[in-house]
Amino acid sequence: MRSIPFSSYIVRFLFAFAMIGSLTACGSGERETQRAARDGILLFGNGSEPKGIDPHLVTGVPENKIISALVEGLVSYHPTSDLESSPGMAERWESNADFTVWTFYLRDAKWTNGDPVRAQDFVYSWQRILSPELGAEYAPMLYVIKNAEAFNTGGLKDFSQVGVKALDDKTLQVTLGGSTSYFPLMLQHYSFFPVNPRAVEEHGGMTDRQSGWSTFDNYVGNGPFRLKQWVTNQVIEVERNPDYWDAKTVKLNGIRFFPIDNINAEETMFRNDRLHITNQVFPDKIPVFAEKMPEQLRNDPYLGTYFYRINVTRKPFNDPRVRRALALSLDKKLLVEKVTKGGQAPATGYVPTGIPGYEASTAVSFRPDEARRLLAEAGYPGGKGFPKTEIMINTSEAHRKVAEAVQELWRRELGIEIGIYNQEWKVYLDNQSSLNFDLSRSGWIADYAHPSTFVDMFTTGNGNNDTGWSSARYDALIEAARRAGSEEERVRLMHDAEEVLLNEMPIVPIYWYTRVYLLDTKVKGWYPKLLDNHPYKHVWLEPDASEAGK
Amino acid sequence: MLKFVIARLLQGILVLLAIYAVTFFLVAATPGSPFSTERAIAPEILAQIEAFYGYDKPTSERFFTSLTNVLQGEFGPSAVYANRTVTQIIAESFPVSLLLGSLALLVALGIGIPAGILAAVKRNTWLDYIPMSVSMAGICLPTFVMGPLLALLFGLILNWLPVGGWFGPEFWILPTATLGLYYAAYFARLTRGGMLEMLNQDFVRTARAKGVPETTIVLKHCLKGGLIPAITFLGPALAGIISGSFVVETIFQVPGLGQWFVRAALNRDDFLVLGLTVLFATLIVIMNLLVDIAQVALNPRLKYD
Repeated sequence: MRSIPFSSYIVRFLFAFAMIGSLTACGSGERETQRAARDGILLFGNGSEPKGIDPHLVTGVPENKIISALVEGLVSYHPTSDLESSPGMAERWESNADFTVWTFYLRDAKWTNGDPVRAQDFVYSWQRILSPELGAEYAPMLYVIKNAEAFNTGGLKDFSQVGVKALDDKTLQVTLGGSTSYFPLMLQHYSFFPVNPRAVEEHGGMTDRQSGWSTFDNYVGNGPFRLKQWVTNQVIEVERNPDYWDAKTVKLNGIRFFPIDNINAEETMFRNDRLHITNQVFPDKIPVFAEKMPEQLRNDPYLGTYFYRINVTRKPFNDPRVRRALALSLDKKLLVEKVTKGGQAPATGYVPTGIPGYEASTAVSFRPDEARRLLAEAGYPGGKGFPKTEIMINTSEAHRKVAEAVQELWRRELGIEIGIYNQEWKVYLDNQSSLNFDLSRSGWIADYAHPSTFVDMFTTGNGNNDTGWSSARYDALIEAARRAGSEEERVRLMHDAEEVLLNEMPIVPIYWYTRVYLLDTKVKGWYPKLLDNHPYKHVWLEPDASEAGK
Repeated sequence: MLKFVIARLLQGILVLLAIYAVTFFLVAATPGSPFSTERAIAPEILAQIEAFYGYDKPTSERFFTSLTNVLQGEFGPSAVYANRTVTQIIAESFPVSLLLGSLALLVALGIGIPAGILAAVKRNTWLDYIPMSVSMAGICLPTFVMGPLLALLFGLILNWLPVGGWFGPEFWILPTATLGLYYAAYFARLTRGGMLEMLNQDFVRTARAKGVPETTIVLKHCLKGGLIPAITFLGPALAGIISGSFVVETIFQVPGLGQWFVRAALNRDDFLVLGLTVLFATLIVIMNLLVDIAQVALNPRLKYD
């Protein structure tokens, strides 16, 4: 019997496979990103499979990226500014002098099922998201509207008491619970987006969580793009919506959103020229990318704070001096330079830097001597007698690295030993909300570009407080800010509130986020945005000239 | 044989029921809920969501409701993915895993079995040492090393193949190779062992003495018996290989079942966890039954009891 060595089998097999591949994949010899750029299709790494695309039921970032292509609210994202909203379904808007009553004038626009977009659609939509039966997690975003909270929590049954009214088909009047000058910024959030009443009613009705209206076959939107295909775990493709009111501005012909959980797989696909933009970059590789492909590496400020929550109901953290000692003893500059490496800024306060009109606090700078003094005053000189406590993180390599660095810095500066343990995401969330931790890794990303999205959450009893901390003075300042007559006064009050927070320190601010990702140089019209919201209608693609002839 | 099959099927049903019950109560006892979120939900809203999915009822009542539904083929909605039922998720992703698994199995058997036979026939020569060393390396080299290596070589360096997605035959190649070569290594070693045992039997010596050609001895007299170890391994391997490999699917962005196993558990998507467990357990039960039948057919010393 003639024999063939096994190794030769492998070589032949791989070679044969590779040949088939090279014939089919690279028949034209053109890179996928280049071909897509010529076709005007943006190839978008989008993190994970969306949990849905119903704007009233989703809560995540990947969902937001898709929905903002399909649906447009009263306002839309501004291509460059974080402080402005561009017109959307509303052509223009105005408010009364104290920013409590807002009137929106709608343009002529159409849903993808041909229905006109009417002011009543917004009333219907906001009633939907606020209906307790729907169980929408993001309903509290709308609590800024008069009586919305009472309706959402079941105390008020009559929706006509809630501050939203269609004066006619084209005029929407919104009455707020308090003066809110930044209301148009909040409206950029998808929880305020409209849904098509006819589509919702045809598929289960207003309060059906499993209503079929938002499936691929039944989806109705009003945005610059419409659904083209959806293959689970593979791709969601949207194409240009010819009936969109501003269709002439839209330059892209479509976007393919690829749900890629795995950070390495995503990077491989980018380097294989199959993505124009990645969702993230592995932190350890950032210096390599910075050196080898600086034009593609993007590092944009991102409106979020990475911090540790302190459980103030447990000893020794019930003593504010201990909490301050923890916060002041962290050399955060060292931490962001040596550990996170993504260009993050050391957090010297809680509200991140970058919100125009709001100066970030510098209260939590690195002052190790003061930290040691505070710890000694609290009864633990040199860390002696400090009880065994632990940092809880959700399972992730990146969080562990930060925690280990923090652990070492505290050991070095304060002489205390703090343990680290990780918990699976859902268990971590349950532990955090039930105050079953000593220190808990946390992050908060702004919902809109205003300090209130950060400071509101630490009021007494707020569902997102999760520290057990409560301060009457803080609560009073936040309440006063809510009712402030002018924006300057509001910002000043919020600043004062933040100082109270940073004085009592129920949290240890660590760094202010950046968004680090890879962006193909063919993508144009893509600007750094604090909330990472890029209006796709202003984005376009320019194929590489050098590859054009291939 | 019919009696054997029926008896085994009845056993299988009992096993499945037991697995369902154990999984259900384990999942119910696990901390965390499908509805925990990073941002706080008002208790009133959480209560509405829980009521919608039946979580307001006691665990025992939920168990019987869900068991009744499952017996009617109704696995319920995903608790996390809006508008998707467990059945839909499985129906979308199982065919992908089935295709990938079948291709990989072809590769595994196509390489593993000939290599194993060859190594046994030419034992203690370089035709034995080389394939066996390679297969040992193949077993030791996990798919999460092999996959990225293949992706690096054929995707990034040579630029011949796409490294992620499942859009056509050229996308199938790297995941198939990664998964297939891993199993090929096992099959090669098992086949070699089985064949060696057969080649040492007395009847082989007799046949050789009678002047029967070596090819006939190997392929006609020994192959059937020599494949028994490989076939025994085939049952669980088949169930595993066609229900998706989490690692390979993650590396190459294959939209198969494997990713859902992990995602369902991490999301605490209870209904999906149960549906996938039932599916996987059913596959194992069926594959093991088929393997038992095949073994009796191949091994004259075994009988259906």
